[in-house]
Amino acid sequence: MNVNQHTPMASPYGQPQPGYGQPGYAPLDGGYPAPYAPFNGPASAYQPGAPPQGPARGPPTSGATPVSAPQPYNQYSHSQGDMQNGPPPMTQAPPRPAASQQYNQGAVNLSGPQPSYPQHYGPQPSMQQVANQMTGMQITSGPPTPAGPGYAPPHSSHPPVNTAYSAAPPHSYTQAPPPASSPPTQPPPPSGPAASQQYYGGPTPPSQQPFNSSLPPTSQQQFASPAPPPPSSQQTFPPSSSYSGPAPTPGQAPAPPASQPQQSFPPTQPPFSSAPPPASHPAFVSGPPPPAQGSFPPRAAPLSSQPGSFPPPGPSPISMPSGQYPGPMPPQQQPPPSQPSPYHSGPPPPRAQMPPTSMAQSNHLPPGPQGPPGPLGPMQQPPSQPGMQGGYPPQQNGAFGQVRGPQPGYAGPYPGQPNYGAPATAPAPAPAAQKRLDPDSIPSPIQVIEDDKVKTTEPFTTGVRGQAPPLVTTNFQVKDQGNASPRFVRCTAYNMPCTADMAKQSQVPLAAVIKPLATLPPDETPPYLVDHGEGGPIRCNRCKAYMCPYMQFIEGGRRFQCGFCSCVTEVPPHYFQHLDHTGKRVDCYDRPELSLGSYEFMATVDYCKNNKIPQPPAFIFLIDVSYNAVKSGMVNIVCQELKTLLDYLPRENPEMDSVVRVGFVTYNKVLHFYNVKASLAQPQMLVVSDVSDMFVPLLDGFLVNVNESRLVIESLLDQIPEMFAETRETETVFGPVIQAGLEALKAADCSGKLFVFHSSLPIAEAPGKLKNREDKKLIGTDKEKSLFQPQVAFYNTLAKECVAQGCCVDLFLFPNQYVDVATLGVVPVSTGGSVYKYTYFQAQSDTERFLNDLRRDVQKLVGFDAVMRVRTSTGIRATDFFGSFFMSNTTDVELAGLDCDKAVTVEFKHDDKLSEETGALMQCAVLYTSCSGQRRLRVHNMAVNCCSQLADLYRNCETDTIINFLSKYAFRGLLSNPTKAVRDTLINQCAQILACYRKNCASPSSAGQLILPECMKLLPVYLNCVLKSDVLMPGADVSLDDRAYLRQLISGMDVSESHVFFYPRLLPLTKFESGSLPVAVRDSEERLSKGGLYILETGLHLFLWVGASAQQELLVSIFGTPSFSQIDPSLTSLPVLDNPFSQRLREIIESFRAQRSRYMKLMVVKQEDKSELIFRHFLVEDKSASGGASYVDFLCHMHKEIRQLLS
Amino acid sequence: MASYQEFIQQNEDRDGVRFSWNLWPSSRLEATRLVVPVACLFTPLKERPDLPPVQYEPVLCSRANCKAVLNPLCQVDFRAKIWACNFCFQRNPFPPSYAGISDVNQPAELMPQFSTIEYIVQRAPTAPLIFLYVVDTCLEEEDLQALKESLQMSLSLLPPNALVGLITFGRMVQVHELSCEGIAKSYVFRGTKDLSSKQIQELLGLTKPAASGQPGRPLAPQDAAASCRFLQPVHRVDMNLTDLLGELQRDPWPVPQGKRPLRSTGVALTVAVGLLEGTFPNTGARVMLFIGGPPTQGPGMVVGDELKNPIRSWHDIQKDNARHLKKATKYYEAMANRSAVNGHCIDIYACALDQTGLLEMKCLSNLTGGHIVMGDSFNTSLFKQTFQRVFSKDFNGDFRMAFGGVLEVKTSREVKVCGTIGPCVSLNSKGSCVSETEMGIGGTNQWKVCGLNPSTTLGIYFEVVNQHNAPVPQGGRGAVQFVTQYQHSSTQRRIRVTTIARNWADAQSQIQHIESSFDQEVAAVLMARLGVFRAESEEGPDVLRWLDRQLIRLCQKFGQFNKDDPTSFKLSESLSLYPQFMFHLRRSPFLQVFNNSPDESSYYRHHFVRQDLTQSLIMIQPILYSYSFHGPPEPVLLDSSSILPDRILLMDTFFQLVIYHGETIAQWRKAGYQEMAEYENFKQLLLAPLDDAQEILQTRFPMPRYVDTEHGGSQARFLLSKVNPSQTHNNSYAWGQEAGAPILTDDVSLQVFMDHLKKLAVSSST
Repeated sequence: MNVNQHTPMASPYGQPQPGYGQPGYAPLDGGYPAPYAPFNGPASAYQPGAPPQGPARGPPTSGATPVSAPQPYNQYSHSQGDMQNGPPPMTQAPPRPAASQQYNQGAVNLSGPQPSYPQHYGPQPSMQQVANQMTGMQITSGPPTPAGPGYAPPHSSHPPVNTAYSAAPPHSYTQAPPPASSPPTQPPPPSGPAASQQYYGGPTPPSQQPFNSSLPPTSQQQFASPAPPPPSSQQTFPPSSSYSGPAPTPGQAPAPPASQPQQSFPPTQPPFSSAPPPASHPAFVSGPPPPAQGSFPPRAAPLSSQPGSFPPPGPSPISMPSGQYPGPMPPQQQPPPSQPSPYHSGPPPPRAQMPPTSMAQSNHLPPGPQGPPGPLGPMQQPPSQPGMQGGYPPQQNGAFGQVRGPQPGYAGPYPGQPNYGAPATAPAPAPAAQKRLDPDSIPSPIQVIEDDKVKTTEPFTTGVRGQAPPLVTTNFQVKDQGNASPRFVRCTAYNMPCTADMAKQSQVPLAAVIKPLATLPPDETPPYLVDHGEGGPIRCNRCKAYMCPYMQFIEGGRRFQCGFCSCVTEVPPHYFQHLDHTGKRVDCYDRPELSLGSYEFMATVDYCKNNKIPQPPAFIFLIDVSYNAVKSGMVNIVCQELKTLLDYLPRENPEMDSVVRVGFVTYNKVLHFYNVKASLAQPQMLVVSDVSDMFVPLLDGFLVNVNESRLVIESLLDQIPEMFAETRETETVFGPVIQAGLEALKAADCSGKLFVFHSSLPIAEAPGKLKNREDKKLIGTDKEKSLFQPQVAFYNTLAKECVAQGCCVDLFLFPNQYVDVATLGVVPVSTGGSVYKYTYFQAQSDTERFLNDLRRDVQKLVGFDAVMRVRTSTGIRATDFFGSFFMSNTTDVELAGLDCDKAVTVEFKHDDKLSEETGALMQCAVLYTSCSGQRRLRVHNMAVNCCSQLADLYRNCETDTIINFLSKYAFRGLLSNPTKAVRDTLINQCAQILACYRKNCASPSSAGQLILPECMKLLPVYLNCVLKSDVLMPGADVSLDDRAYLRQLISGMDVSESHVFFYPRLLPLTKFESGSLPVAVRDSEERLSKGGLYILETGLHLFLWVGASAQQELLVSIFGTPSFSQIDPSLTSLPVLDNPFSQRLREIIESFRAQRSRYMKLMVVKQEDKSELIFRHFLVEDKSASGGASYVDFLCHMHKEIRQLLS
Repeated sequence: MASYQEFIQQNEDRDGVRFSWNLWPSSRLEATRLVVPVACLFTPLKERPDLPPVQYEPVLCSRANCKAVLNPLCQVDFRAKIWACNFCFQRNPFPPSYAGISDVNQPAELMPQFSTIEYIVQRAPTAPLIFLYVVDTCLEEEDLQALKESLQMSLSLLPPNALVGLITFGRMVQVHELSCEGIAKSYVFRGTKDLSSKQIQELLGLTKPAASGQPGRPLAPQDAAASCRFLQPVHRVDMNLTDLLGELQRDPWPVPQGKRPLRSTGVALTVAVGLLEGTFPNTGARVMLFIGGPPTQGPGMVVGDELKNPIRSWHDIQKDNARHLKKATKYYEAMANRSAVNGHCIDIYACALDQTGLLEMKCLSNLTGGHIVMGDSFNTSLFKQTFQRVFSKDFNGDFRMAFGGVLEVKTSREVKVCGTIGPCVSLNSKGSCVSETEMGIGGTNQWKVCGLNPSTTLGIYFEVVNQHNAPVPQGGRGAVQFVTQYQHSSTQRRIRVTTIARNWADAQSQIQHIESSFDQEVAAVLMARLGVFRAESEEGPDVLRWLDRQLIRLCQKFGQFNKDDPTSFKLSESLSLYPQFMFHLRRSPFLQVFNNSPDESSYYRHHFVRQDLTQSLIMIQPILYSYSFHGPPEPVLLDSSSILPDRILLMDTFFQLVIYHGETIAQWRKAGYQEMAEYENFKQLLLAPLDDAQEILQTRFPMPRYVDTEHGGSQARFLLSKVNPSQTHNNSYAWGQEAGAPILTDDVSLQVFMDHLKKLAVSSST
C-alpha cells in the first residue's frame, strides 16, 4: 500500500525519514522507514491524538495477520506496489519491501485478517464490536501510523512475506488476490474485508473475539475491568465510540484500544509482537507519550506487554478505551468462542460472495456469519445503530463496520462504489487492497504543504521562466522581475508540452488562474501606473498585445518585434529609446512595462464606452422589506450598518472622499425608490408597483453623494425599519429589482454595483417570477442537471443587459427555504458579482458574519465595466474561460464588475507547435473603470517553458491549480451533463494523467505499483475532495440551493480559496508555539484526539472542535469553564479571556478570517454533539455520510483505474 | 299682459329658462317653417336667493314611464286628495304626508310662483367632495412656484371635510400618499404605459381581496375613504400637503437640447380617473389638471418631444397632417366618458404660451362639466384669480359648484325633446318624450352634467310633433318639466324642478303673435350653439353656409318685402337684431379658425356652449362702451366708426377686456396731463373705464384677458378685429372726412352683409 511518491519526493522524504527514523521506526525503517518515516515522525506526534484509527486497526488485524500473514503481505505488497512511485520504486524497490513492511502494518493487518478471518467474520457480524474494536483499533491505529512502523516490524519480520507480496501484489490489485485467496481465497476476499478490517478494525474485532474466546481469561480480564464502562460506551458511543475510542483517550486512549486489538489479537500479535511489539511500542512511546502521556503510559505498557502479554490483555484493561470496547467484546467473545467455527465457516461463504461484490459483499458476508453473531447481533446493532458508524463514514472502519454488522448499513458503506462509478467490476480485489492501505502511508497533503513551507525561504522572483511558485499555503514574498506574481496568475503547468499530441496524451489541463485585481500584501508594490500619453498604450500592430518585457526591440530601438505574434511594429517617436549592447532598451528598468510582469496603463478616451470618459460609478442598495426579511432582523441590521458603512466606500486615494454615489431601494411585491436629495428635509419614497415593466421613477436625488446627503440618508435609514415593521407582505419580486438598479444606472449613464438583500423565492407576479421546483427525486437522474440551470431565461437576458451597462450585482440571500439560487444567481454570476447566502438567518448569531461580509464587499476595491482579453504566443490559444463573467464572443471576457477576490480560470489549447526556446507567453489585459471613474488597463504577463519530454511537464506543474481548473470545469459540466457522468469524467481524466505518467515517465515496475508524479501525488486526494463535495455528491441534508450556491461560488475562486475549500485546514490546538501556527493535521477523524481541540476552516466555515475529554485547563483558558458540558455550542465568538492561550487562539481565528474573502462564522462543535455531523462532513479523507469514498478507498480505486488504462 | 320683453325677463329670472319662441306653433309643419326651432336655454342651477329649498322630497306621478313631479300646472282635487299629472294625465293620490292639503293649505310646489322649486333629498347618503390635483411638473421654476402657491392657497378654501389628493407628473406620474408621517410616499407610474382602471387600483394597492364576499360591488364610500391613502380629508392632511407642495420639484429628468420635456398627461389622467373610479364612483369629485405644455409621451400624446416637429395647427388638421390628433382625441374621449359615468368632472388649467393640446383634451371638460382655463402662465393674475374663483361661494357660503347632476326633461305629448347642447353626456334614456330627430346630444331625455355651477346653461331643443290638421292641443298649453338632481356643494343631494308652459298658437292665423313672441337674443345663441356643435364635426364653410341659409329663410319667412326689391325689405322689431348677431357670429372665433390655434378655438367653443345668455351674447357680439368728455359713458356701435381720437373705448368680448385710448387721449396721457391737478377731469376720464373693467373682472369666470392699449398699439388688434369694418382701406377715403378708424381688412362690413341678405331674401329664385 505504500504510496511511493516520486523519487524526487523521496529526497525530501528521505531526509525526513532519517529524522523520523526514530527508534520506533528504525526497525522497520530498514529500507522504507525513510519515506514514511518522516510521516511517522509527524504522524507519531499526531497519532497520539489521532492515532486511534489507523494504528489501532492495524494492530488488530495484525493480530489476525499472523495467520494470514502471507496473504496480507500479498495484499500489502499489492498495496505497496500500488503506492510505490514509479521512479522511486526502482531505487526504492529494495527498500520497499521494507516500506511494504511499514505498510505492512496494513499488510499485517491484512495478514491478520486471514487468520482472523474466521475471527473477523465472527467479529464482522458483530459489527458493533468490530466497530468498537475498530475504534479501539483506530485509536491504536492513530498511533499506528507511527505504529505502522511499529507494526511494520512485524511485517519486516515477515520479509518473506514481502516477497510473497511482490508476487501477490498483482493479485491484490488485480483480481489475482482472489485466487490467491481461494485457498486463502477466502483470505483475499477476507483480505478485502480484512483490509477493511484492518482499517476498520473490523477484522481485529473478530480476531479479538475469537481471541477473546480463545483467551477468555485475558480478554475477560480486560473486559472485566473495562466491561462496566463498555456497555454504556458501547451503546451510547458505539457510533461515537469509534470516535470516543480515539478521541476520548485520543492520544491516550487510542493507544489502548490499539492495544486491545492487539490484546484481542494477541495471537496475531504475538507473532508480530516479537518484532513489532517492541517497535510499535517504542513508536508509541515516542509518539504517544507527548500527547497521551498520562494515559499513554498505561497503554504503552499494555502494548509493550502485548507482545508477550497478549494475554496480558492487561493493557487493555489498563486502557480505558479498551475497557470500553472490552465491554462489547465480552459479549462477543462469548459468542465467538462457541461460534468460532461458524465464523470461520462463515467467512468462507462470505468470501465467495465477497470477491464478487467486493468489500461490500464481504461485508455482506459478515452478515451471514452474523447469523451466528446473532447473539452478537444486538451488540452489533447497537453500535451500528449509533449509526455513528454511518456518521463515522469518515472512518473507514466505521463504514465497514456498518456494512458488515448491520446489513442495512451496507448500502451505506457501499455507496462508495457508486461513487466510483465503474469500480464495481474489480471491487473485490481492489477493495481489499484499499482497505489495506495505511492512511499514513499514502501521500499526505499536510506533509506536502509543510515541506513546501520549509523549502520556501527566499522571496520568489518571477524572472525565471517556467519556475513553479511556492504553494498557495505557503507564505512567501514575490519579486516581480518580468512575469506576473503568482498572486495574479497561477498556471497548472509551468512547462507546457510543445505539441498538442503531448498535451492530449498527458491530459494535464493547461490553464491559468488569473486574479487580475488581486490584493497584494503590504510589502509588495502594487502595479505601477503607466501613461503613454494621448496615443494610448503602445501595442503590437497585429495582435494588439500591449508593450511588455517580451517585446524585442530591434533596429537600434526603432522597431520592436512582438513576442506573441512576431509582427514588427514601429516605435512611436515619443517612445523611442536607444538600445544597449545587449539589445535592451536603456530605459528598460525605468519603465514598468519593459521590466515587470504586472502594471497598469492609463486608458485614453478611445478605450471608453461610447468614446466618453466614464462617470464615477454608483452603488445601489436594494433591500427586501417583506415580512420574512423584516422578521429575521435583516432589514434593521442592514439599515443600521449602512449608516456607518457609507463612509467606507471604495476610493483609490484614502485622503479623498469616495466619488461613488449611492442610491436606495426597498421592495417587496413593489419597489420603493428613495429620493435623498440633499436639499430635502425628509427623504421621499417613490413606489413603483408596475413591476411588469420596470423603470426608474426619478433621476435627480436617487443617486447622491453620501456627504452631501448625509442627513437625509440617515433619516431614511432610520425610518425604513420602522416603516416596514408591521408589514404583512410576504411575496417578493426579484427580476424587477435588478432591472430597477440597471435602469437607474442607465439613466445616470454610469456603471456600478447593486447590493441586493433578498429573502425569499420571488413568487409575486412579475418578470422573472419563479416557482418552487426543488425536487429531490430528480437527484441522481439525468434531469438533475436541470436543477442547476436557471428556471427561466429571463435572467440570462437581464444579465446580458447588466453587463452591457457595467452593472455588477451582489446578492445577499437570507432564505428560510428554497429560493432557487441556481436562477437567482445567474445575474450575479454573469456580472462578476458575488452571492452570499445566510440560510435561516438569525440576527443574533449571524449578524457578525453578514456584516463583515457586507463591509468587505462594500469596501473592497472593484473595477467596473471590465473587459479581459488573454493573448498568447503563437501555438496556443485561450479557448475556455471559467468564472463570474459574461462572454458575448469567444475571446473577450466581459465583467460588469471585477473585484479583488475574483479569479478567472483560463484554459489553453494548442493550435500549433510551441518551441522550447521561446516558451509560451501569455498576456492578460483587463480594461476597467476604477472606482474613482478612471479608465485603466491592467496587464499581467506570464511566460512558461515548453517541453518535449512529458517528464518535464510532470515535474513542473501545480496540483492545486489543476484542481481549481478541474473543479470549475466539472461544476460547469453539471449544467449539461448528469452528475455521474461529470464525476466519471473527472476520475477518468485524473486516471489518464496519472497513467500517462506511469507509462511514460516512471521507470518500469510492477503494474501493481501505484506510482505518482511528485508534483501530483496529491491529485487523488484532492480530486476525491472535489468528487465528494456537496455539489457533486450531495448528502441527504444538502439542499439544492446549497449545491447551486457552492457551484457558483467555486467558479470565481482563486487557487488558495479552492484549495482550502476542498481540503480544509485542520489545526490542533493542543499547544501553541509562539509565533507560528501549529502544524495542520489531515482531515480525518482518526487524527482527532478526544482530549484535544481543533480548529477547522474551509474558507466558508470555521469550526472549533472540542474533544469530549479535553483538558480542563484548556477549556478554562478558552471558554472560561472547566466543564465540557458547560460549553455553549451556540457560541459564535470566543469569550475574551486574559490568558495567552485564549489570546493566541483568537488571534489565529482572526488571522484566518482576514485571509478569506468571506467572513467565517465560528461554530463550536462539541464532540458527540449533534453538530458534529456537520463538522465531520469536512473531514474529507474519511468516508462521507453521503457515500463519498475515503481517501484510501479512492486511492485504491484510482489505482485500479490507472491499471486498467495501462493494460 | 306685459310685453314679451317683460314676460321673457320674468321667466328667465324665475326659471332660468328662455325659449326661442314663446308661443308655440301647433303643428310640426308650421314649426319647421319657423326655421328657428322651438328651443330654450336652460340654466339649471340659476341662483335664486329668494328660493329656499324645501326639506322634503318631490311627489311623483305614479305612472312608471312618466314620474313627472307634482307642479303648479297639475289639476288638483283637494277633496279627493288626488292630482292629475299634466304630462300623462294620470290621476295620482297624494301621499299620506299630504293629508292636510286643501285649497288654502297648499304645498309650495302647487303655487304658481314655485314653478321652480328645489327639494333636498334627506335620505341620500352624503359623501364628501373630492378634489384631486393633477399637477404638471415640467414647468419653468417660476411657473411652478406660482402654481404651488395657488394650490396651497386653494387648500384653505376647501371645506375641511373635503377629500384631497395629489398626482404630479412629468416623465413619470406620481400619486402621492397623503396619510404618511415622515417619509413622503408616492406611487410612480411610467408615463408611457396605458393602464386599465383595474390595473391602476392593483398597482396602487387599492384592491382588497374580496373579503366582504361581495366581489364586484364597489366599496361603500366610507370604507373607501378609510382605505384610500391617496384621498384624505383636508383638515387632516393640510400641513402634510402644504409641505408636500412646498417640496415639489420640477421634473428632474434632463431635457436635452432641442427636445420638449416629456409630459405624461395622458397617463396622469388615466391614473386620476382610475383612482376615483375605484374608490369613489358616483361621488362628487373634481379632477383639476394643471398643465404647462402639451402631452409629449405615452397614450394621449399630442406632439412628439422633438422641438423640430411643431404642434398641429388648423392647417395641419385640414391637411390631415396631425399625426397624433385622432388617437389622442379618442383616448381622452374614452376617458371623459368613463369619468362622466362615475360622475367626476375634470378641469383643465392650461397655462403656456404655446398650445397645450386642449383640442384633444377639451372633451374631458366638455363632457364632464369641468372648467377649461387657458392662460399664458401660472404666474399671472388671470390664472391665479380665475383659480381662486373656482372656489367662490354663494350668499349661503356654499361653493358655487355642484356635482353629479342629472337633468331630465319631460314634455307634454305635443312636444318632444331633440337634444341638448352643453357640458353634458347622454344617459341614453329613451322615454316617450324623446324625438327621433337629433339636435345636439339627442336620443335621450336624460343627461349627466358632472360639474355644474350657477351659470352652467344648456341649450335644449324641442320638436313639435302635433300633426298639421290636429286641433290645437287640449288645454292650450304645452308644458316642459326640467328635473335636475345633483349633489350640492354642501354634499346634500338635491332636486330642482322647473315646470314651464307655453301657449299654442295656430301658425297660420296667429303668425303675427308668434313672430312677436320670438326671442331673438336667445334664438341667436341657440342657433350659434347649433352652429358651433356642427363646427366640431364639419368643415367651417359648411357651417357658415348652413347658418346663412337659416338666416335667409328666416328673413324670407318673417321679412316684409316686395319680391326682388331689396330696398323694400323690412324686419319687425322682434327680429331686427338677429341678422346683426349672425353677422358677428360668422366673424367670431367660434366659427372662424383663422388666426386662432386649435387650442384657442376649443377653448372659446368650450365656454360658448356653457355660458348663460348674457355672456353668450357678449361672446357673439362684444360690447363696446365709449368714454369721452362729451357725456357719460355710453354703449356705442361695434363699428370702426366708433373709434375716435378723443374717446376711450372699453370692449368686453368675454375673453378679453380691452381698454382702448383714442389717439388724442393717448397723447394726453403720454404728456401726463392726468398728473396735473387742473386736469383732474382727465384723470377721472382715464379712471372711469378702469373702474368699469374692474367690475367686470370681479365677476367674470374665467377671468378675461385684460388689455390696456391705445391708438396704434399692437394690442389694439383685439379691438380692431372685432369691430364691424365699416371703414376699410378700400373705402375710407371714399367716406371723406368721416370720423373713425379704417380697418385693414377685406372682410365685408355689416352694411355689405345686410345688402346681400336683403337681396337674397327678396330674391324669388330661392
